[in-house]
Amino acid sequence: MLTAKSIKYSYDPINTFKFPDFSLDSTEDLLILGDSGVGKTTFLNILGGLLLPQSGLITLNGTNYTDLSNKDLDKFRGKNIGIIFQSPYFVNNLNLMDNLLFSLFLSKNQQDKNVVIELLNQLGLRDKIYSKPNDLSQGEKQRASIALALVKKPNLILADEPTSSLDDNNCDLVVSLLKEQSQLNKCRLIIITHDARLKKHFKNSIKL
Amino acid sequence: MNISRLAFTNILSKPTTTLLSLLLMSLGVGIISILLIINNHIEKQLDNNLRSIDMVVGAKGSPLQLILSSVYHLDKPTGNISYKEAKSLNKNVLVDFTIPLSYGDTYKGYRIVGTNEKYFDLYNLELSQGKIWERSMQAVLGSSVASNKNLKVGDKFFGTHGFDDHGHVHDNHAYIVVGILKQSYSVADNLILTNLKSVWQVHEEHDDCEDDHSHDHSNHDHSHDHHSHDHSDHDHSHDHHSHDHSDHNHSHDHHSNDDSNKMITALLVKFKSPVGLVQIPRKINEETNMQAAIPLFEINRLTSLIGFGINTINIIALIIMLVSGISIFITLFNSLKKRRYELALMRVHGATRIQLIKLIFIEGLSLSFLGTLFGLLISRFSLVIISSFTNKNQSFTNIDLSMINSELLLLIAALIIGFIASLIPALSVYKINIPKILSNE
Repeated sequence: MLTAKSIKYSYDPINTFKFPDFSLDSTEDLLILGDSGVGKTTFLNILGGLLLPQSGLITLNGTNYTDLSNKDLDKFRGKNIGIIFQSPYFVNNLNLMDNLLFSLFLSKNQQDKNVVIELLNQLGLRDKIYSKPNDLSQGEKQRASIALALVKKPNLILADEPTSSLDDNNCDLVVSLLKEQSQLNKCRLIIITHDARLKKHFKNSIKL
Repeated sequence: MNISRLAFTNILSKPTTTLLSLLLMSLGVGIISILLIINNHIEKQLDNNLRSIDMVVGAKGSPLQLILSSVYHLDKPTGNISYKEAKSLNKNVLVDFTIPLSYGDTYKGYRIVGTNEKYFDLYNLELSQGKIWERSMQAVLGSSVASNKNLKVGDKFFGTHGFDDHGHVHDNHAYIVVGILKQSYSVADNLILTNLKSVWQVHEEHDDCEDDHSHDHSNHDHSHDHHSHDHSDHDHSHDHHSHDHSDHNHSHDHHSNDDSNKMITALLVKFKSPVGLVQIPRKINEETNMQAAIPLFEINRLTSLIGFGINTINIIALIIMLVSGISIFITLFNSLKKRRYELALMRVHGATRIQLIKLIFIEGLSLSFLGTLFGLLISRFSLVIISSFTNKNQSFTNIDLSMINSELLLLIAALIIGFIASLIPALSVYKINIPKILSNE
């Protein structure tokens, strides 16, 4: 179960973001839609355990991670949450294989090269395994960042505007890929976006 | 993958800046290390050669010169003293033993020293071949002399008057090698030892055969002045050297007894108790025309003189090390600016603050550690090269290249510099604001 309840966050005393409550089953996906300036990225950061809300709680499989100490939150996030950012980030001095192994190291998973190779195969990056991130094309980078979030098999995948810069065709491709991969790896997917095209792909959606 | 592997990948990914930091660090460490090794070597040599000599008696002149010439065989002698007068010191109850030395000749740069068997005990000298002399004109060679000049037991050689190769060769008095010493890591390695009589004999007859000069004051029997450290009032025209000492110790020349009018160059003295150190040197300096010098005093004076120069160079080298620290700081700081996203990303993936700080410190400290390591290797490598270029009979060979304790301090200093250089970058990593960095586009 993933539950968010009465979450509030404010950057200044006048404007306070109030985020809707929701609850998700272990295999349910969620689309969070919102226009610019309604706190989409803030919500993603709070859900991802990168930002602590002023009030409210988020529980993932029984753990309320708004309550954890810094160190425990780092560990919890490493183990349970994968985040796909709008622009893909990597450790640029490491090749794809080492980037994924490093993610496994940080989340205290076993560094199994076969798991990495299999995942990169699924995402069509078979011949880029030993390439540096800077040598990848834009599309390859996006798929690689999906791999980076998925490799540790988290309970929750958060994706920030994954389709905003894509045409309709590619938009469908990426969403299908995300849904397919998260099902394959048995984790829930939450996409936060302003892109209304994604509505048709999701049963559950909330609007900010 | 782990934090250290990433740290090394990062270091290797910017070879030029890494090289600069390493170069500066190893340069600073290398210079200090060379000085430490040489200083250590000199001090060890000075101590080792000093043994238990409490006092040296010789002709009046510079006390430091007397010590350098009689104990370390580096400088020229101050002059000669009467053997009889010097020997009379043995009667003093405070004196444990004395060793007479008579020198002034060389063989191809190696000094020929006339002495007695006690000298062997003083330096714990052991023979590797042959035996000690039984008669005059038999010589025992120090290990370096034998190996560098390819001399064996049974070989003959001629001494040269003075300390350079241009002196008169005593070609009618051949020394015969009867023994070769084991390496003792003392000054004896570079000496040719013989008995006092040999030295006297060479110079007596040498002087006689050249006596067709204007020596009309034959009653002085100046032939005992075997080193020709002529005293100006005697006017010896065969004066090959120029250690002219003014008329302060001419009185010994008037002894006419055949056995006791012999001259020696210096007398090494060991006291039974420290009381001797208080009384005897002053007595000699005030009441006789000989000079007493305390090696310990002179050597302390000398090392404090050397120490000043060494300190100056050390400070310069320390500054180079600090510059290296600044270079490491700039390298880390610049790369952190570029890698802010990466570091935030690592946090997202579950890296703790401590892990990121570990990453920064491994990068900074391994640069300073490697720099130090290279510096220590460079210093040894260059000393090997330097010593291969210097004259073999200088005491610069046999230099001990093992790690010196103070080099450990150097390593610690370098690590502290690396630590401080990493501190500010590490702090900025600690305070990193993940959402801000990752959504700031």
